[in-house]
Amino acid sequence: MEKFKVLKAVAAPLPLVNVDTDMIIPARFLKTIKRTGLGKSLFYAMRFDETGAEKPDFVLNKDAYRNSKILIAGDNFGCGSSREHAPWSLADFGIRCVIAPSFADIFYGNSFKNGILCITLPQAQVDMLSAKASTGNTAGGAFTVDLENGTITAPDGAVVTFSVDGTKRNNLLNGLDDIGITMQSADKIGAFEDKQRREQPWLYQSA
Amino acid sequence: MTATTLYDKLWNSHVVTSDADGTTVLYIDLHLIHEVTSPQAFEGLRAAGRKVHSPEKTVAVPDHNVPTTADRLLTIKDPEGRLQLEMLDSNCRDFGVPYIPMNDIRQGIVHIIGPELGLTQPGKTIVCGDSHTSTHGALGALAFGIGTSEVEHVLATQTLLTKKSKNMRVLVEGKLPAGVTAKDLVLAIIGKIGTSGGTGYVIEYVGEAFRDLSMEGRMTVCNMSIEGGARAGLIAPDDKTFEYLKGRSHAPKGAAWEQAVAYWRTLKSDEGAHFDKEVVLNAADLVPHVTWGTSPEDVLPISAKVPDPKSFADANKSKAAQRSIEYMGLTVGMPLEQIKVDKVFIGSCTNGRIEDMRAAAAVLKGRKVAKGVGVLIVPGSGQVKHQAEEEGLDAIFTAAGAEWREPGCSMCLGMNPDVLKPGERCASTSNRNFEGRQGVGGRTHLVSPAMAAAAAITGHLTDVRKI
Repeated sequence: MEKFKVLKAVAAPLPLVNVDTDMIIPARFLKTIKRTGLGKSLFYAMRFDETGAEKPDFVLNKDAYRNSKILIAGDNFGCGSSREHAPWSLADFGIRCVIAPSFADIFYGNSFKNGILCITLPQAQVDMLSAKASTGNTAGGAFTVDLENGTITAPDGAVVTFSVDGTKRNNLLNGLDDIGITMQSADKIGAFEDKQRREQPWLYQSA
Repeated sequence: MTATTLYDKLWNSHVVTSDADGTTVLYIDLHLIHEVTSPQAFEGLRAAGRKVHSPEKTVAVPDHNVPTTADRLLTIKDPEGRLQLEMLDSNCRDFGVPYIPMNDIRQGIVHIIGPELGLTQPGKTIVCGDSHTSTHGALGALAFGIGTSEVEHVLATQTLLTKKSKNMRVLVEGKLPAGVTAKDLVLAIIGKIGTSGGTGYVIEYVGEAFRDLSMEGRMTVCNMSIEGGARAGLIAPDDKTFEYLKGRSHAPKGAAWEQAVAYWRTLKSDEGAHFDKEVVLNAADLVPHVTWGTSPEDVLPISAKVPDPKSFADANKSKAAQRSIEYMGLTVGMPLEQIKVDKVFIGSCTNGRIEDMRAAAAVLKGRKVAKGVGVLIVPGSGQVKHQAEEEGLDAIFTAAGAEWREPGCSMCLGMNPDVLKPGERCASTSNRNFEGRQGVGGRTHLVSPAMAAAAAITGHLTDVRKI
């Protein structure tokens, strides 16, 4: 997994509540056996019309935001399905950080496993950052997200602090693979199974 | 001993090891997989030279993109969907994972077949790369959806690296009035807590209303826990649960059955156990519910009208309501009962069980589908299909003018041939009314099977109690 230390990039405001996983990537684009190449389907219904032409009003279609790597969204971002295609499509498009008042649980976990930092902030701070990303001379400017120090710096120098769960932060900073970490506990997993087999033998009956 | 909740007990009994910050290696007893969220996980295993840790605790079945027409065994026209199905087949063969193919009577929606085959049991931890894994909590199992990286993690280690959620209790006492079903109950709960009300929690449903539900009804409730933001829903196992499981093909047998039941009886929240959040509803107050917008929290009693976005106190919710009403093509103040439908879909992991088929048949029996309305009835599994046909339900459906199909996820999610056309409106027993969920530009109203059948007859959303 790609490490995440400091990200300096344009932030796109997407001030909608309940942006669900079908909005992030409609189900018809899930028929793939790859993790890559999904960026073109990101926010498909919001980004493109029936003919496949870009909708000029959608934020990521505006010139100032085409290269955004940060999204500033509304409450309950990523609600709905467990499809990891949602963070895969964000990552493939280039989004490495999403800032919102809250995230759906499964999406949140999936994102970190794909090198995407989800930052939860109070609504007022999200609104403030969203306003800076969308209006005035800070619009389209570069925001700096520093995971090591837990800070977001707006283009005008305003700083907001954030915190992230220690394990998730560490894995992201170091680009660690969960499976490798868990496999270090192989003996403990074996011991758990031995104990479970004694106490709940029906779980080990062949059926 | 401190009093603990059912969730605490299920969690504690599966902790392999835990860090100071709560990050836990949690043992997984059953891993269900399907064609859409597994190919990249197997690809990851291959790339790292890893095996499946416990193939015998893994079961695979195709459901999401299988067509539901009888000709599906001859050919699957969609090349991408076909490739995913072929990959599931070959991955299972390569890694020794038990696989239920499309032409097997046991095939069906993964969350329907788990309980049906007795794979789902109280006390187990169950995961699947699908958010509606919460369904299995109806039997007192800790069950939740995971992403594909986690599917790979479980395949490789039979564990998950995760953190514990908080405890939430939804208490509903009293009896559900006639015509009010498990679906109405869970829609009313989501209406009350909102789609993020359960975020960070596991919900335990307690009280007479849930105790009185059939196992099928309990599964409907737990299924939609995720629509309330909770990864898992739970109902403590009881005699009804044991009766349901007894004799099912993967249920424990003989002495092991007695031993298992003795353990399962301990799986309940202790008196005085701490819940971080509690929500209370009164069953007697409930009526049939229907969604009007594009989030499951956009739900109202069938007697209500399309709300005015200005009536929402929160500015963001008001904006979302405005967007929903536009997408849904509705008018503020319009009675919900006047909303005409083009399609009716009865099925899915929410409402594709035998009881749902019976509820739809009870309404459709001796009646005709309204002119111009297309009705699709899709059993959740081959066994549900077989049972329904034994009971003659298929004949009732087809006599009414509905289509009776082969099992699968069908029109719930717009990734197989069963999709709405742009602008089409559907009364659906599925679980999500998101924009485009049932097909590009499609409009979804979530309802119970009885309410869906009522809409099929009248051609508009209808209070089934009037029929």
